[in-house]
Amino acid sequence: MSDETTTPEEAAPQEVEVEVAAPRDERLEALLERFTHHLGDSIVDSHIVVGKDLWIRVATDAWRAAAEVARNDLHARYFGFLSGIDWMESPYGRSMDSEVDRILSGEDRPGPGPIEQGYAGGETRFQVFARVAHIGEPNATWGVTLKADVPDDPFEVESWTSVFAGADWHERECHEMFGIGFVGHPGLRHMYLPSDFEGYPLRKDFPLVARQVKPWPGIVDVEAMPEVPAPGAPGAPDGATGATTEPADGGDA
Amino acid sequence: MIHTVLGLELAYWQETTLRVLGGLVMLLLLTGGVVYLYLFKFVSFMQSRLGPMEAGPYGSLQLLAEVGKWLQKEDIFPEDADRKIFALAPAIVLASTFLMFIVIPAGPNAVVSDLGTGIYFVLAMSSLSVIGILMAGWASANKYALIGALRAGGQLIAYELPLVLATIGVVVAAGSLNLQDIVAAQANGEIFGIDWIGNPFVITQFVAFMIFVISVQAELTQTPFDMPIAESELVAGYHVEYTGIRFLIYFIAEFATAVAFAAVASTLFLGGWALPAAWGLGTGVMHVVGPIVISTKAVLLVGVVFWVRFTLPRYREDQLQRFAWKFLIPLALANIVVTAIAKVVF
Amino acid sequence: MTAITDRQKLQYMAAKAADARVNVELETEGMILNMGPQHPATHGTLRIVARLDGEQVISAEPIAGYMHRGYEKLSEVRSFPQVTTLINRIDWLGSFANEVPFILACEQLMEIEAPPRAQWIRTLLFEMSRVANLILFLGDMGVQLGAVTPAFYAFRDREFVLDQIEAVTGGRFHPNFDRIGGLLDDLPKGWLAETKQVMVKVRRFCDEIDDLLMGAETFESRMRGIGVIPPDVAMQYGLSGPNARGSGIDWDNRRDNCFGLVYPELDWKVWTHPDGDSYARFWVRLQEVREATKMIDQLCDGLPGGPIMAKVPRIIKVPTGEAYVATENPLGEMGYYVISKGGLNPFRVKIRSASFNNVSITPWLLRGVYVPDIITILGSLYFILGDIDR
Repeated sequence: MSDETTTPEEAAPQEVEVEVAAPRDERLEALLERFTHHLGDSIVDSHIVVGKDLWIRVATDAWRAAAEVARNDLHARYFGFLSGIDWMESPYGRSMDSEVDRILSGEDRPGPGPIEQGYAGGETRFQVFARVAHIGEPNATWGVTLKADVPDDPFEVESWTSVFAGADWHERECHEMFGIGFVGHPGLRHMYLPSDFEGYPLRKDFPLVARQVKPWPGIVDVEAMPEVPAPGAPGAPDGATGATTEPADGGDA
Repeated sequence: MIHTVLGLELAYWQETTLRVLGGLVMLLLLTGGVVYLYLFKFVSFMQSRLGPMEAGPYGSLQLLAEVGKWLQKEDIFPEDADRKIFALAPAIVLASTFLMFIVIPAGPNAVVSDLGTGIYFVLAMSSLSVIGILMAGWASANKYALIGALRAGGQLIAYELPLVLATIGVVVAAGSLNLQDIVAAQANGEIFGIDWIGNPFVITQFVAFMIFVISVQAELTQTPFDMPIAESELVAGYHVEYTGIRFLIYFIAEFATAVAFAAVASTLFLGGWALPAAWGLGTGVMHVVGPIVISTKAVLLVGVVFWVRFTLPRYREDQLQRFAWKFLIPLALANIVVTAIAKVVF
Repeated sequence: MTAITDRQKLQYMAAKAADARVNVELETEGMILNMGPQHPATHGTLRIVARLDGEQVISAEPIAGYMHRGYEKLSEVRSFPQVTTLINRIDWLGSFANEVPFILACEQLMEIEAPPRAQWIRTLLFEMSRVANLILFLGDMGVQLGAVTPAFYAFRDREFVLDQIEAVTGGRFHPNFDRIGGLLDDLPKGWLAETKQVMVKVRRFCDEIDDLLMGAETFESRMRGIGVIPPDVAMQYGLSGPNARGSGIDWDNRRDNCFGLVYPELDWKVWTHPDGDSYARFWVRLQEVREATKMIDQLCDGLPGGPIMAKVPRIIKVPTGEAYVATENPLGEMGYYVISKGGLNPFRVKIRSASFNNVSITPWLLRGVYVPDIITILGSLYFILGDIDR
């Protein structure tokens, strides 16, 4: 049910090599154990980055129950944030090329990219995720990221507002940016955009218009690479400074 | 009817014109001086900045520049405003201010009209401004202006009472309502046989003086009692919709009222234009020295008002009312009783 | 931790109940007051629509979004180093502090660590931006309550702090100085000694505020008991930073969740106040500025030598993964949830800004207060519009 280090996304190079003797994080495992104890089969998947953080993906039906368990049973009373993810690869790539140019040259727009979920996996294109934490006791604070899939039909999950009052604005923002519905939310009005705005800006297939009509200036004004500082100069070991990464965009495109 | 002013024989209309002109010049000079001295410079130094420096030496002509700017501005009426009342309101506020100056004496003969009930005329005229403020707040068709005007109404009426009650102590001590008589009582009086500073009522009527100054601060709607204006809540309160010359009128009225109340306070408590009789200065000298003396006292008192204004945060409306009704008014009443007893005993 | 006593809770509830009774007895037609988006008290473009009964607020609804710049979307088309330019502008009063958590999240994903000297300078500048930010709050609170003078003192002394930040980074408002793996540059010569002198000035400013505002009876009567947030409610709404600590929650990301900064090596204290009212929030911030100046002194003294940049590839590609790193910014917990798919730019950046959560409590908090208290409460919650709208 809950496996720690087997999801394919986990294949970050540094962890693959040490898989056999993977370091274990007993604190986070104990925490996961407590969640499992309360939520049982509702936990679909989970992920631990040793020494850092815990991710738990719950079934869509258990989204609100997970919040209740976290708040009431495990005393994670602090509400961090709630938002959504669109796991589709952007059809526009890095939006480096002008869409206008593409149309003029008769090129076809590439279709939507493959869908590949992150930590703790997933089955749907959209996910909601939220962070709750246990705070207030020095040296005993912990936080956890909860995730849940959002099915296409109905495109909604349960609202957290009855558990964490602060989820109100976050769910409004998420609804506005992704179109995800929240059942039981008192009023899913827009936060930022005009109420008659069409489209959901943070979805990957929502074009960034500024990048569509004009090529990104980063590839037009490519500056020459700066001279590599003399070896041994303070603050520039082997010329690998952050400043030199900027023109890399141009080189890449 | 022929009167003698500075040795000149003048007809009644000539004399009245002269007095009114003298009063106006004095009022505008003092107001301008106070604005420059306190609003531009004193406050700037308090806030570690220089204030205006460009117009004239040390920015001394800044006020004229500001007036010029306001006169040029468009006179805007809000669309839903009650135009007649909106236009009339500043005039009423300004009239109330000017009427206060009528009875304030600046010398043995330098008073526009020496009324027998002088002090109550001043207080009655000062409370006329609340009508103008309510008119402005209502006619502006603006919610901020309305809230500001209603706050001003409540506040001015609440603080009118301690103001009047505080003066009663002085009236009892001086035995007259006439401001010239009150000045004379202070100049000729003595405290326990020491007469070289006369008997300024600020010493014997110190409680009344404090109540008066606090109430004046509230009447002028200056911080900590500036809820009707409250720029961080109501933007500018009742005059939020006024521009150009009408705003200038409010501006003049605000500072002229400050000068007027300071002049009244110095007349009631600090000996007015007179110097103690024991100094033996003749009436002829006082014709010249008197206006200077009262101007100095008034300007210094205005300084206190501004000092407080730029130091303290403001109260909330309910705290202000509580302060007036539960503290100032009982204190003023007690002061009257004590004064009356002392008057009988001594 | 349960800092609000039961008695205080009862008093608070009794006051609310009394207000409600007054409302029923003197029922009048309500009035809708629209504050903002342009209003002197909202430091920017927050709009508050309040239904009033006389001077009492029946309900209030803050409306944000007049400054939404879509940084989460824009981040997705910028390379990792370019994102700092954007997020600088979230909390523009303490902008360096915005860069740090994002950079730390990237470093966590890349499994690199900045060299010690870079970590110390980061912490130093982080605390400098806290001072620059909170000084303005201390002065501005006076303006909200009608005392203009403290604001001028605040701007006067903030200038010294900004000068120091500018001397290092070249930018007063938008330093853009932090890099993945370290810092852009080292400190200029003589900077440490100057900074310690500036901190003396800042401490003197704190004493001035202590005298000028905290000492004024008017100030206390406007702040005490106004906008009480019980700790449980504060946590539900995700209040963080001085707002949470003002409610007695003993929690500070610098102490409890410190990653990549050197706070554990410093001698400092987390200040909390049990009351949860506006006064408590002001008091906590004042103590935090003082604490920050002490920390800066220690950081200046203990600064280690060495390089300021770790070995980082010329073209930064962040390995696939997800990371959430939050730091204790001047306004509260600021976190970045960074998802990378191994490319040049982040796949998704969720910006968890402090003010967004801090302001979301206002509809709850403003119920039943008076119009002047709206200003006190908003002022003491202390938000930056860029931090709400992002």
